[in-house]
Amino acid sequence: MSKKLFIVGGLLVALLLAGVVSSFASGSPDGLDYAAREGCTVNAEGEITGGTCMAQQEGEHQLGDSPLADYGIKGINNEYLSTGLSGILGVLVTFGIGGGLFWLLRRRSSTPAP
Amino acid sequence: MHIANGIISGPVSAAFIVIAVAGLAVCVTKAKTDLDDRLAPMAGLVAAFIFAVQMLNFQVLPGVSGHLLGGTLAVILVGPWVGALCVATVLIVQCLLFADGGLTAIGLNVTNMALIGTAAAYLLVAALLRILPRNVGGLGATAFIASIVGVVVASMGFVLEYSLGGTTELSLGAIAGTMAGVHVLIGIGEGLIAATTVMTVARVRPDLVYALRHFRTASTQAVTA
Repeated sequence: MSKKLFIVGGLLVALLLAGVVSSFASGSPDGLDYAAREGCTVNAEGEITGGTCMAQQEGEHQLGDSPLADYGIKGINNEYLSTGLSGILGVLVTFGIGGGLFWLLRRRSSTPAP
Repeated sequence: MHIANGIISGPVSAAFIVIAVAGLAVCVTKAKTDLDDRLAPMAGLVAAFIFAVQMLNFQVLPGVSGHLLGGTLAVILVGPWVGALCVATVLIVQCLLFADGGLTAIGLNVTNMALIGTAAAYLLVAALLRILPRNVGGLGATAFIASIVGVVVASMGFVLEYSLGGTTELSLGAIAGTMAGVHVLIGIGEGLIAATTVMTVARVRPDLVYALRHFRTASTQAVTA
């Protein structure tokens, strides 16, 4: 398999995971969020209603109103579509920024790249 | 394991932004010697792949989930310095675009997941590849074990930060116990994903696996030129 094909194939796998599989991921709080709420009582929305726990002073995200906040796209009501498209966008943006940055940082070889 | 705003005090969060920037600057300097025309696109792919897999929360206990952090995977595929930068890129994109992980907590999150977790994974991978067979199976076992340790050590980074600047008075021992317990389980999940991924790459294009090229023992020196 050529390297180019490998990169394209890997990207397709990432797009499939972020675009489709992500909708079936667990919605439970992750390990840290769980630990941070231990000792508090929370309501159905996950808001703290009482008790003592690490997350008591937790604040809103400064960018919580951004169009992609919480892995969705503002204005798209279909959850699968919203999550999937935001995931696809995230993979492409990460590849673009990461790949671009690493390409600029790389050692230039004496022979120009084909 | 993204820390939200307000869990760790402002001054400690600010101090960790300085630590994170310093750590990433070291990584950039060291990464320059590793990055060539072959590694650069691979590193972009690893970052994109980690972003994708971080969306896939898996259940570890009733009401508790976890996701891969990616340090071990990155160390094996692109090396420790570039690997830490891959994880940091993901965390910054998540924070700025997806409101995941507080903006003021970005230094804490980069320190835990990109620096501490990746460093622990690197030490384990380098040590294990000296004793385990240098084949697909050995690489998979390395990824599995290093993932568990990397995730638990990263979670202890949070406990350290909480001891310095936690905003609620709580028992540190209890926090450390809960964090270690759930993160062993999350680490097992990460280990399975990381092992599957690196074994697949090692079968398809072993020359693209950094750990097989660079973490060499004397007996395997002749494998690649």
